[in-house]
Amino acid sequence: MENLPELLVANWNNYPRINARLWEFRTENQAVKLLDSLSRCIPRGLGRSYGDCSLEKNIISTPDFKRFIALDQKQEILECEAGISLDQILRTIIPRGLFLPVTPGTRHVTLGGAIASDVHGKNHHLHGAFGRHVLSLLLLTPGGEVIDCSREKNAEIFYAVCGGMGLLGLILSARIRLMPIQSTYISQLTIPAENLDHLMDLFETHEQSTYSVAWLDLLSRGRNFGHGLFMLGEHCLSGEITSKDLRRREKFGINIPFFMPGWIMNEHGLRAFNNLYHLRGKSGPGRSFPDLDDFFYPLDKVHNWNRFYGRKGFLQYQFVLPKEHSRLGLEKIQAHIQASGILPFLAVLKLLGPQAGPLSFPLQGYTLALDFPIKPGLSAMLSALDRLVHNLGGRIYLAKDARMSKLDFRRGYPEISRFLELKNKLDPKNKMASLQSKRLGLCAKPY
Amino acid sequence: MRKTVLILGAGSDMARALSAELAEGGYNLFLAGRNVHELSKDAKDLEIRFEIQAEALYFDALDTNSHPGFYDHLNPEPFGVVAAFGVLGDENLARRDPLEWQQIINTNYSGCVSILSLAANRMEKAGEGFIVGISSVAGDRGRAANYVYGSAKAGLSAFLSGLRNRLCRSGVRVITVKPGFVRTKMTRDLDLPSRLSATPEEAARDIFNAILSNRDVVYTRWMWRWIMAFIKHIPERIFKRMSI
Repeated sequence: MENLPELLVANWNNYPRINARLWEFRTENQAVKLLDSLSRCIPRGLGRSYGDCSLEKNIISTPDFKRFIALDQKQEILECEAGISLDQILRTIIPRGLFLPVTPGTRHVTLGGAIASDVHGKNHHLHGAFGRHVLSLLLLTPGGEVIDCSREKNAEIFYAVCGGMGLLGLILSARIRLMPIQSTYISQLTIPAENLDHLMDLFETHEQSTYSVAWLDLLSRGRNFGHGLFMLGEHCLSGEITSKDLRRREKFGINIPFFMPGWIMNEHGLRAFNNLYHLRGKSGPGRSFPDLDDFFYPLDKVHNWNRFYGRKGFLQYQFVLPKEHSRLGLEKIQAHIQASGILPFLAVLKLLGPQAGPLSFPLQGYTLALDFPIKPGLSAMLSALDRLVHNLGGRIYLAKDARMSKLDFRRGYPEISRFLELKNKLDPKNKMASLQSKRLGLCAKPY
Repeated sequence: MRKTVLILGAGSDMARALSAELAEGGYNLFLAGRNVHELSKDAKDLEIRFEIQAEALYFDALDTNSHPGFYDHLNPEPFGVVAAFGVLGDENLARRDPLEWQQIINTNYSGCVSILSLAANRMEKAGEGFIVGISSVAGDRGRAANYVYGSAKAGLSAFLSGLRNRLCRSGVRVITVKPGFVRTKMTRDLDLPSRLSATPEEAARDIFNAILSNRDVVYTRWMWRWIMAFIKHIPERIFKRMSI
């Protein structure tokens, strides 16, 4: 096999950073040969996960494998090779009046990555995670077989691959359902919330709205805890607003050209940011018409925003609590965070719908995503949060995990045994493995 | 009506990037090369992305006997032809193995002369069209490191220059492209200086711009024009002792 130099590789949060070989391919044949030649490896797309889930000494890098295979505009079905980015898909389908039925907060993830992490968006409570809209996929198994999986064929494998973190093989291509849109604009309603109770009431009274998400201020205390902004959105119909067409506007982006010094993220900086953000909601409920990019991908305009957190990187902590424990649980967790003095930069709250495959993250309840710059004491604080989350029957998002313990993982994902049975069958030698899978014991038995 | 461009050696990195540029510019495409299986997937991809028509065709630059039949069967007749095939070869092997130097010369030079002559005759008759030949800065001066490859490319550059001279009055444009370093499959094992190296996408944009504008000879990246102007003017007395 040819010699490939090692590179320093990290995912979006720049932690951890490891030396690894990135193996690229652009045809199915090359993929088969490549997988056959490696004894241990993990697929990786555009590296937008936060943590170590796609890191390993040998990485199968997919973004060169990116062709469209078929687009049926009438049936609204798209088939692509798995390394294509959602960005490229959107550039092609939006001008034809089509959109992704589920989209994460960035356009820069691959189709394969979106399936392997079973990503969710602001409409999860109604439309589920990404996997729900996958009609079928081709999986290259660690044994070198290409199998067609869908709800009808190899159903068990299909459900496990959606959210399966690349551990059952390499996703080669997928057929997904699209949704029609009449404009590139969203009708957005922003409602300021006084506290957490108010915010949760808003989520529950607006459960029929297509898109909903909330930003909240974790720095406020007492009765004000959880004050924030609740945002609802619906796709604009044609004629609902004027002189807007289906073309995507090219926009100026901002770039963070270098790593910022770590002290930018101290408490004063955080308060200033939170106050600024909150000013937007001071004037009461407001209707606005952001375009798709502004509504779904606001951070994509700040290229390399991850560099805000400095060279040491950051951790994103995202958990979900079952609905019945959410109110109490979130208060406990907030109290714990405030007491620790280690404050998150941004907190995003979202009500999720029911769960899908055995390793898929979402379950019915509230999910909170928090960004923490890496600093002393963070690890201990998050371990304590892990305990709180799992005592309440919650779980942590694998695509955003770099540090959870094996024990916590097992508590959070009780259906893991179903997944491991398949792992035993498809990958008894643990060809597919990542730093994360080894840490969490996501391996076939004789490991 | 949309015009059609024939891309020969369409599986190369630069050709793939150029195909995308041309498709985005509204041209229909013939993607010709040896791996028709993959080329037809590329064709489908371009059709979906850019709403054009694209077709994959079998073409072997070395099999010059097949070229007249190949060109006759093109329907519609292409408005533009891009010869993007080429092989770097193993220069050390070429010193002792006739098969190796023949392969280098026949692919990079004879193959181009064969197919581009056919295209030139048709376009001359039609009184319109363009021909793009991908030569190389290696053809500007022979160096110890790759003079067999370089001489084939030198021959190609001279051929294209003469063709341009001949077709100038009949309204057919001939564009010589001289890439410096490009990060492609062909050069993946070489350690290239990053400032002098173009990505296939950059090179493709340069070529596409040359097709749209009135350029005759394009260096990509642009600084290679000046680097090669300098290298060409080094006296042979000195050049022969240099290792560059």
